[in-house]
Amino acid sequence: MAESNRASGACQESGTAELRARAVQFMARRHRFRLAEAAPWLLAILAFFLFPDRMAFGTQVLIMVLFAVSLDLILGYAGIMSLGHAAFFGIGAYTAALLSARLGWNEPITGLFAAAALAALIGFISGWFLLRYRGLTLLMLTLATAIMVLEFGNARADITGGYDGVNGIAISPLFDVFDYDLYGHTYYIYSLAVLFILFLVVRQIVYSPFGQALIGIRENVRRMHAIGSPVHWRLVTVYTIGAAIAGVAGGLFAQSNAFVTLGVLGFERSAAVLVMLILGGTGRLYGAFVGAIVYMVLEDNLAKLSPAFWEFGVGLLLVLAVLFARRGLLGLIEDFGRLIGERPGR
Amino acid sequence: MSHFANVVVSILFDGLAYAMILFIISVGLSITMGLMGFINLAHGAFAMAGGYLAVTLTRSWGVPFGPSLVITFLVVGAASVPFERLLYARLYTAGELDQALLTIGLMLMAIAGYTFFYGTQPQSMGVPSYLTGQINLGFREFPTYRVLMIAVGAILIAILWYGFERTGIGAKIRAAVDNRRMAQSIGINVDRLFMLTFAVGGGLAALGGALAVYILGITPSFAIQYLVLFLIVVSVGGLGSIKGTVLAALVLGIFDNAGKYLYPTGGAFFIYAVTVLLLLLRPSGLYGRE
Repeated sequence: MAESNRASGACQESGTAELRARAVQFMARRHRFRLAEAAPWLLAILAFFLFPDRMAFGTQVLIMVLFAVSLDLILGYAGIMSLGHAAFFGIGAYTAALLSARLGWNEPITGLFAAAALAALIGFISGWFLLRYRGLTLLMLTLATAIMVLEFGNARADITGGYDGVNGIAISPLFDVFDYDLYGHTYYIYSLAVLFILFLVVRQIVYSPFGQALIGIRENVRRMHAIGSPVHWRLVTVYTIGAAIAGVAGGLFAQSNAFVTLGVLGFERSAAVLVMLILGGTGRLYGAFVGAIVYMVLEDNLAKLSPAFWEFGVGLLLVLAVLFARRGLLGLIEDFGRLIGERPGR
Repeated sequence: MSHFANVVVSILFDGLAYAMILFIISVGLSITMGLMGFINLAHGAFAMAGGYLAVTLTRSWGVPFGPSLVITFLVVGAASVPFERLLYARLYTAGELDQALLTIGLMLMAIAGYTFFYGTQPQSMGVPSYLTGQINLGFREFPTYRVLMIAVGAILIAILWYGFERTGIGAKIRAAVDNRRMAQSIGINVDRLFMLTFAVGGGLAALGGALAVYILGITPSFAIQYLVLFLIVVSVGGLGSIKGTVLAALVLGIFDNAGKYLYPTGGAFFIYAVTVLLLLLRPSGLYGRE
């Protein structure tokens, strides 16, 4: 408190330079890593030692976290409503799968780069056309574009294998050293490392001036236009980045399952990732983690009882989240923490 | 008649019948979206509910075909009111994303519910034998059921056109679609109007769903499988415009049918490409307001 008073006093004296320095300081302070942020990563490593026989499932969770993070970037931060995000996941998955199965290119990391590049290219082209629109039109356009990608894959079943899927994906050992074991330990560490690197990238983007501009566009697009922000290019840029990350998630999915069908492109996947993100909380980076983990663990347990039961549960979760917990589970935890924090003070 | 002309007439005829289903189901969605700007992705679920109700009525309870359609319209129309009052009404002022999410949630619940009670096997409708044959319309024979569908669709278009353009309540709806605030300030109860159109729209969707069962079959994924088509009809036609909905349904129904007939593998791709192109050129639809 005293510090900020002193700062504001100094600011009156030396004007805008001081103000700018304070803004930079504010951004830097917010960007700084907090101790709590280590928790999800420590938990992920802990899970590696606690559940050594569930690593295949763990890998799928990590992949969905990455996918949800990519959606958070475009939906949670930039406010782009997309019902077709699975298109990029699917493009990435097919890129990695076809590289290996049809062209015999089995090196995993370059496979991910290829997946990211193609997803980014499609994201850039479609984004350039679509992101002029908002509301229902944008929802419809993203949905129709994703279905177009799916139908294209279906029409060219000679390449994609259609609903029978792509077989024969073989991935060569990571860095030519780490081979893959039956329990998927290598895949888990590999996916965790990819997630960590890309998460740092997303975090950097979110706290950068570019990220702040995205939030501005989400909150009030007219004002951003008025202050001369290149809104369309900002949106296309973030959409392309989001598509690339979703493509990487898809690539990881194809590599770890060694199998891809047209199901990866379906609306169900777009809806599932949306549910995960909403469940965890949008526009807060770690919401994607909480949402994806809760969703995947619930699915793993409930779908065994009855798939219909689980689907009903997803619908109910979504309805409840929209009506009562619009800020997601993390928002609920925050509210709860505040409630407890207030009590002793009274 | 030559073979070529025969094929063309068949495609146009089947497309027309298909377009009528699309119109009957979509028109309620168009008007409710136009009135409140509410994105209702659960609309396909109402159509599905109608389809299953009609299946149960005709198959298990032995209700004749005609009355079961009327009952379907009334029951689902009435059942949609509590949904509107309890859930939709809470989100009128919320963002499009919230509305889309809520209704996706409802749709998933409906799909799961119907899967639980009816299974994933396609159900079929009890249709009387005089409707399953062919009827001679002078120059060639046509499937009777499709002739009936086209007739029902044409009658509904006429009724809706009359109700929309020539009655007091239609004038109120048009006023509210044009400018909701202005309509409210001259004393039109837009909330009640919306409830009414929502109920009628839900009932019509159910009627369309019931009519569709014989031709398209019905499984629990009906709600999602055809939803995209309904949304395309609505957004291409323009929100809140009956004329636009008719036109979009005709174009989409005939083209989709022709595409699937002529290019069985790539036909669906073509429809979505046309949709994206149309929306890029006219984001608010053929007859939409800017």
